[in-house]
Amino acid sequence: MFKIAYYPGCSGQGTSLEYDSSTRAVCKALDVELVDIPDWSCCGSTPAHTVNHVLSAALSARNLAQVEVMGMDKVTTPCPSCLTNLRTAAHKMEDPGFRTKANALLDVPCNGNVDAQSVLQVLTEHVDLELIKSKVVKPLTGIKIACYYGCIMNRPPELMRFDHHENPMAMDNLMTALGAEVVPFALKVECCGASYGIPRNDIVTRLSGKLLDAGRDVGADAFVTACPLCQMNLDLRQGQINHALHEKFKIPVFYYTQLLGYALGLDRAVLGFEKLCVDPRLALGKIKQPAQAR
Amino acid sequence: MQIFDLATADLEFVAEVEARSHQKIRTCYQCGNCTAGCPYTFAYDYSVSQIMRLIQTGQKEAVLKSRSLWLCGSCQSCTTRCPNKIDVALVMDVCRHMAREAGYATERSVKIFADSFLASVERHGRAYELGLMAAYMTRSGRVFTDVDLAPQALMRGKLPFKPHQIQGREQVARIFERFRKGGDNV
Repeated sequence: MFKIAYYPGCSGQGTSLEYDSSTRAVCKALDVELVDIPDWSCCGSTPAHTVNHVLSAALSARNLAQVEVMGMDKVTTPCPSCLTNLRTAAHKMEDPGFRTKANALLDVPCNGNVDAQSVLQVLTEHVDLELIKSKVVKPLTGIKIACYYGCIMNRPPELMRFDHHENPMAMDNLMTALGAEVVPFALKVECCGASYGIPRNDIVTRLSGKLLDAGRDVGADAFVTACPLCQMNLDLRQGQINHALHEKFKIPVFYYTQLLGYALGLDRAVLGFEKLCVDPRLALGKIKQPAQAR
Repeated sequence: MQIFDLATADLEFVAEVEARSHQKIRTCYQCGNCTAGCPYTFAYDYSVSQIMRLIQTGQKEAVLKSRSLWLCGSCQSCTTRCPNKIDVALVMDVCRHMAREAGYATERSVKIFADSFLASVERHGRAYELGLMAAYMTRSGRVFTDVDLAPQALMRGKLPFKPHQIQGREQVARIFERFRKGGDNV
């Protein structure tokens, strides 16, 4: 049993409920114990670091300090944006001058020596792929998948220190192990338009449209992603993209934890397929039913 | 094309950007790798390598008034691919801080979105999506933003009607309060 503090992130309580619930379920099934940070708060996301770096670090550091109070030194989060903020805060606070400034904004000071990792990294580095394979009860045979990592899960490499920054393979390897066919997808680390869906929707429809187009070109039945914002831009906004670009995309966008949970035979209720906006039934239907036990 | 007079270089500005970002902007030799990988160039007024050059030549007004600063998505492509290891995305961030401090906001809706988001965090301790949308629509006057998506999101239970109030929300509010009283960004 691998035990680690868990930072769900705000979207896990709203727009990416299914990511949070499927993450918890697959971690449990794979003997990774997630211990929720009590009374965690928002990391400040992109808006905070675009306003001020000390403010941004302090918002993340409040949570890192909670992890320290828990007596733990590792935290995991499903969200790449939260991850970047937590890692950046810890990194910047290695500088005593910066740490003093950030701690001056906090009630409880933070030492900043908590290591933050994505859930994907935890599943890649602390769970044996062979073990995952051995637990597969419904292999994903027959479905073609484009693995989309988003821009900041692995970048910049000096900070994120996980997988490859131009050609990450963690999700590819995972999906292959589950039996899916992974299609060659060249835009796996291209930006989807990030948080501009609301203030500059035209940017998101263009950039996310490019991703969907590239996925369709290589014959993907579905996307898998590890980022709540990427998922929202590609899935919830797919109708807007179609409208803006005169397209007819109809490509479901799963969280990788949903398909992992499906292959492990977990309860459909926690996987939350019904929360996806683009109907995933056609794509899921491509998965060949396992042969009857003889 | 706009022409800049290099005799008007504001060297204090150059020094300030270098000090606040801890980056040696003078080592940029304009290879263009940052611009080549930047997905936002189509929406920018100056490409990211042009911004770097404008900083080098001390063109403070042009940089701080640039729309590009507000449209950078912090995707880290420029930082990752810079051959001189300049954290370009960080430089863009720092220039955006300076533009804010100087009272510029050439992409008003982007600033309003960020402000609404942070106001939501200050109030509840966590981001509250529905409240954030309402605040954004009120402040920006764009009352039809994403109304097409609301039914889908609500139907799937993805937009809770109530914020998740956390016990430590006053602690979070105090972070903002102390920051306003004298936050330092270097």
